[in-house]
Amino acid sequence: MPIQILMPALSPTMTEGNLASWTVKEGDSVRSGDVLCEIETDKATMEVEAVEEGIMGRILVSSGTENVAVNTVIALILEDGEEASALDGFEVAEPVDTTSPAPIATDSPAMAAHADPVAPTAPELLEPEYSGPMISQTVRESLRDAMAEEMRRDTNVFLLGEEVAQYQGAYKVSQGLLDEFGSDRVIDSPITEYGFTGLSVGAAFGGLRPIVEFMTFNFSMQAIDHVVSSAAKTLYMSGGQMGCPIVFRGPNGPASRVGAQHSQCFAAWYSQVPGLKVVAPWSGADCKGLLKAAIRDPNPVIFLENELLYGTTFDVPESDDFVLPIGKAKIERAGTDVTITAFSRMVGMALDAAELLAADGISAEVINLRSIRPMDTATIVASVQKTNRIISVEEGWPQSGVGAEITAVIMEQAFDDLDAPVVRITGEDVPMPYAANLEALVLPTAEKIAAAAKSVCYA
Amino acid sequence: MAKATPTPRTPAKTKTPKRKIARKPVTSAEELLSYYRQMLLIRRFEEKAGQLYGMGLIGGFCHLYIGQEAVVAGVQGNAQPQDSVITSYRDHGHMLSCDMDPKGVMAELTGREGGYSRGKGGSMHMFSKEKKFYGGHGIVGGQVPLGTGLAFAHKYNKDNGVCYTYFGDGSVNQGQVYESFNMAQLWSLPVLYIIENNKYGMGTSLERHSSNIELYQRGAAHGIPGVQVDGMDVLAVRDATAKALEHVRGGKGPYILEMLTYRYRGHSMSDPAKYRSKDEVSKVRSEQDPIDNLRELIMKTKAADEATLKEIDREIKVIVTEAAEFAKASPVPDPSELYTDILVGE
Ligand SMILES: Cc1ncc(C[n+]2csc(CCOP(=O)(O)OP(=O)(O)O)c2C)c(N)n1
Ligand SMILES: [Mg+2]
Repeated sequence: MPIQILMPALSPTMTEGNLASWTVKEGDSVRSGDVLCEIETDKATMEVEAVEEGIMGRILVSSGTENVAVNTVIALILEDGEEASALDGFEVAEPVDTTSPAPIATDSPAMAAHADPVAPTAPELLEPEYSGPMISQTVRESLRDAMAEEMRRDTNVFLLGEEVAQYQGAYKVSQGLLDEFGSDRVIDSPITEYGFTGLSVGAAFGGLRPIVEFMTFNFSMQAIDHVVSSAAKTLYMSGGQMGCPIVFRGPNGPASRVGAQHSQCFAAWYSQVPGLKVVAPWSGADCKGLLKAAIRDPNPVIFLENELLYGTTFDVPESDDFVLPIGKAKIERAGTDVTITAFSRMVGMALDAAELLAADGISAEVINLRSIRPMDTATIVASVQKTNRIISVEEGWPQSGVGAEITAVIMEQAFDDLDAPVVRITGEDVPMPYAANLEALVLPTAEKIAAAAKSVCYA
Repeated sequence: MAKATPTPRTPAKTKTPKRKIARKPVTSAEELLSYYRQMLLIRRFEEKAGQLYGMGLIGGFCHLYIGQEAVVAGVQGNAQPQDSVITSYRDHGHMLSCDMDPKGVMAELTGREGGYSRGKGGSMHMFSKEKKFYGGHGIVGGQVPLGTGLAFAHKYNKDNGVCYTYFGDGSVNQGQVYESFNMAQLWSLPVLYIIENNKYGMGTSLERHSSNIELYQRGAAHGIPGVQVDGMDVLAVRDATAKALEHVRGGKGPYILEMLTYRYRGHSMSDPAKYRSKDEVSKVRSEQDPIDNLRELIMKTKAADEATLKEIDREIKVIVTEAAEFAKASPVPDPSELYTDILVGE
């Protein structure tokens, strides 16, 4: 059988092309790599090289032919020792369909039973019951303890970031870790976010479990390519081979009087990415239980802390085994008239608003989202089915924000339960101003939340 | 982490003469043939991939390695089992040199279930944790910190491994490359940086994209030694790598090998390559082809006769044909695969 040369597709979009000219003639011997002909695609003229060796037996589509469909046989090459008579019976043929796979089974793993591509539903997660001793400590200490306990538990866990070791953390979150774990596991990195994020993701591919501290999440924008392109997507692109157990943590969201470049919430940004988990704790217990969960998780976790909460004291379970499930929201205050969702520092704000509302006879249910991706939509929807009203609170910008997502979920899953439109309380749609009075205007307050809650209650 | 031992401020420039094959004659016939086989497999595999692309069986971007075979063959000839490898999207040759199955690679190119990423990665995104091949990365320069991180893991685990981190001449201007160089030297990480200087980043020639075209000097600011190597000569590559590895495996930190090489085909399948002359390409092909030159050396040193080489050609042809057949016959991924492998354990 002579070798068939097919009209090639030379770009992802090409379906036909012009055969500009042949550079060999019948009878010429060809070696692999020799240019056979030139083809004009929709974009350019390209050379076609021989892949096989032999003698050009017959040219079936002559120079200058236009609109030759991809996969048309354009020439025949005789293999070493093949007789010219092998060419008999070949003429310009219809394009060959080469793209559909043969239906035969191969020695690859057996095909799973055919199923529609629907997203899996989340398993039911339960808050662990804890009745042991509690300790009163700051959020800063809870975060530190969570890291220390996990580093004792697993020697593959290490902490890397700017000022995390000798300086004990720019916000003193890693206090004492260098002393206990040494400089091989608590590592001061240069100011090189893109580089150290990529390096840490590589270390995770290599079997380690890095905790990467961003001095603040604002600087993660320098590194977002490795968070998204490398950490989040590689498991999928590798067909499940290359997991990336890594935690990116640090303070997120508006701080105080630091201006636009240092005051921004990244919850919505990262929550858009499949392959990431995004956690935003509020209380000390949240911080401890969720950071431990994040470190143990085999996936990349974005762990959004809040600088303004670091010094706040909470009662926290005093136990190495207190781990909270990622993906489970917590009802911080039960109520019947209106649901308020919030995360991070805004949970405290929402609880203050609930107090104000109680004084006016309105019973608010406050949901601490804890996890932004996956989001515990079941808890939110169940609450709305009870209260028939919902407002979401966040410090980030409104467009495509967490509140926008919650609004969409309610439209899809609880439209008929609503007695009033969903209301979003967000940071104002501006870069954060520096002036104290303007900054105060940007952020949600308990009063703003309470007023919104009253409006949906038509009170 | 401990500070690196001080290294000379300006790395010595030990240019290997181009083309002239000047090296110790202690190469065994067996070794020569193994390099020949390796390079020929890559070339034939890539030619076949180009052909399947032309038939519409491979889609999207497909970057062939034809012309550069001696680089990966010569470097990986030095590898030990604990070592790891990472590269860019021009990755087919690297996978074959890591002893990955040509069938699985080709089936990934065709987007089939039998591919290394079960059809979900494609030409640019393929991995084999088993063979310690860590991709296949589509973001120019992205693999450089990732490879540095793999080296970090080698050091952390004290497994005596080295990460071979390959990147192109066009990638050397990415900021993250220097962020990586700094950390690798600062922390004495066992990483061998291999710059595959094929003279072009897509359509932009080296002279048009780099202020200093001596790329082996790019680590000088960090005190990282570097040498320029004739990347068309597999034995020169082998020897330079062996020397670099003494440094890297010896705990002295990173090392840069600039491989002068050339890609014969366009940047990707859809590149008509109008930015260079036909003469330029054919001159390299006729004078510097790594496979032809090795073949010549084999004949001249009588390491093998014509018939043996013919037999190898035939063997390779069979391997590549079988890979292509497998890649055509393997079923497309089941639709249920759409939502798998997004998160571990879910
Ligand atoms: C960050 C980024 N920018 C641009 C591109 C598009 N792109 C893909 S390959 C390439 C050229 C890279 O050249 P080089 O590093 O020399 O590698 P070669 O293709 O020659 O192997 C460009 C610009 C990309 N993939 N990633
Ligand atoms: Mg290049």
